[in-house]
Amino acid sequence: MHILLRAREIPDIHKYDVYVKNGGYKAFEKALKMKPEEVIDVVKASNLRGRGGAGFPAGVKWSFIPKNEPVKYVAVNADESETGTFKDREIMETNPHQLIEGALICAWAIQATAVYIYLRGEFWDVAHELDKRIAEAYKAGYIGENIQGTGWTCNVYTHLGAGAYICGEESALLNSLEGKLGQPRVRPPFPAQKGGGLYGEATVVNNVETLTNVPWIINNGADEFKKIGTENSAGTKIFCVSGHVQKPGNYELPMGVTLRELLYDYAGGPPEGRSFKGILPSGGSGPVIRVNDTTLDAPLSYEGMEKIGTILGSASVIVMDETVDMAWAASKIIKFFKHESCGKCAPCREGTYWLDKVLDRIMAGQGSLDDIKLIETVAKNMQGVTLCALGDFAANPVIHTVKQFPEDFAKHAKSPENSKSKKPAAKQKAAAGD
Amino acid sequence: MSIHDKKYAERIAAQFAKYPTKRSAVMPLLYIAQEEYGWISPEAIQEVAELCNMDSTQVKSIAGFYTMYSEKPKGKYWLQVCTDLPCALRGADEFYEELKAYLEVEDGGTSRDGLFTVEHVMCLAACDKAPMLQCNFHFMENLDMDKMKAFIEEKRAEAKKHEE
Repeated sequence: MHILLRAREIPDIHKYDVYVKNGGYKAFEKALKMKPEEVIDVVKASNLRGRGGAGFPAGVKWSFIPKNEPVKYVAVNADESETGTFKDREIMETNPHQLIEGALICAWAIQATAVYIYLRGEFWDVAHELDKRIAEAYKAGYIGENIQGTGWTCNVYTHLGAGAYICGEESALLNSLEGKLGQPRVRPPFPAQKGGGLYGEATVVNNVETLTNVPWIINNGADEFKKIGTENSAGTKIFCVSGHVQKPGNYELPMGVTLRELLYDYAGGPPEGRSFKGILPSGGSGPVIRVNDTTLDAPLSYEGMEKIGTILGSASVIVMDETVDMAWAASKIIKFFKHESCGKCAPCREGTYWLDKVLDRIMAGQGSLDDIKLIETVAKNMQGVTLCALGDFAANPVIHTVKQFPEDFAKHAKSPENSKSKKPAAKQKAAAGD
Repeated sequence: MSIHDKKYAERIAAQFAKYPTKRSAVMPLLYIAQEEYGWISPEAIQEVAELCNMDSTQVKSIAGFYTMYSEKPKGKYWLQVCTDLPCALRGADEFYEELKAYLEVEDGGTSRDGLFTVEHVMCLAACDKAPMLQCNFHFMENLDMDKMKAFIEEKRAEAKKHEE
């Protein structure tokens, strides 16, 4: 069953006519006949949680918006830059009107004056297509002045970023939209509060996947939505499976499906003759897990992933088989965070620099066992001391990979028996030019 | 050469119409400037600053912060290859090495014919279709060197024909 990737059943649903023929914009029309607070109540009751990674209940977020402010905004987070994530792109390419409809329902619920869809700059083609879809909805009277005779006016715009992971962080996204450097803000005030949002106005920031669920919830009701998934993780989730599987791609499945089902029944299992070794269930930013029967049978839900020491996050499942040196994988991820650190907070800016430097030394066979302790110390000192979560994200690959796969680090360390035959690890050094 | 040229007027006005402040249009205008100059030249910075009511230093800091604004001239085709973990697990590092060798360039360099600038970039949200790259902001996916050689030679032939 697909709530989001409906193009799998209705291939042309990106077209306005086809979308409308299949019930499109009916949920928005229904919502417009409801009071805004009633819409918020339905979304609250559905237990829809933010799909961008944090899992914060969407309806609760909407209810924080003050009622009497004349100017309010919805910012759609389509920055999708987490390593291993490619779900929002498929939603926007194949089912764009459902995102627009979801964003409009949110805008009605908080009485917003405008919606900005912030897309990462690399979604250049996606944004230009989305502009055409927005124009169609505008022509149909779902966007603009006096929408459907309600007297309410709201416009929808796209905004392209230009290559910065940090702009997926909500306050950095707002800064970037305002034409400032995409760096996180000090909170409080939070975006939903006056003074904390876009141009200082109260703003809801929601992920693409989160909002695309909303039309279905309005059409079918909160109770029907809660029947899908688990008690604490309602609905479906798009799992982006990449790396060492036979069939990488997006799979939309009810939450609570196990890793084993996802990786074997849907993604086709590991490459011929190999077995799985490690999995990053939440892209580069979440803790890695070692593959065994316990972890494979863990349900993919917010609570299920927590139980095995990791997070569901944005559900970008990066799969690594037995051929992967996990120290190499950690160093790859650190290079990503070193590049993407915005430079505002010293622990993250300096921490990622030093983690990368010491990991390079270890990978070149020039490090000692003390260096492994050193990177753990550096990483631990980055946790919980930065304005946004990037500092913590960047510490994760080191802390958890060293903990789960100590042998992969130790084998690179310089020791009397190791150093005899040690050559620089040429393959791992490739493309390490940052 | 200028983004004050008539051909951009409509697009620039459409960008300003989207936002309550002029400053918010700095990113879309930098893209237009890059289209005009081929890179973010000092003139581009100056023109965008004037239009957005900003200091040129502020505009330069924006251009420097984001990777999709090029602060130096580059080839006609800007090939940004993803070598992040998910792509690397599917051979992106080896692909990138071969691509650089074929074009006889280093990371960030431009081929001798001036046509191709190559660099490695971070995750582009196409991990299931690796190896992949973006060429002048358009994605090319499920690549191998045979496809790349064909693409490169096609563009070289086009350029040669254009010269004649």
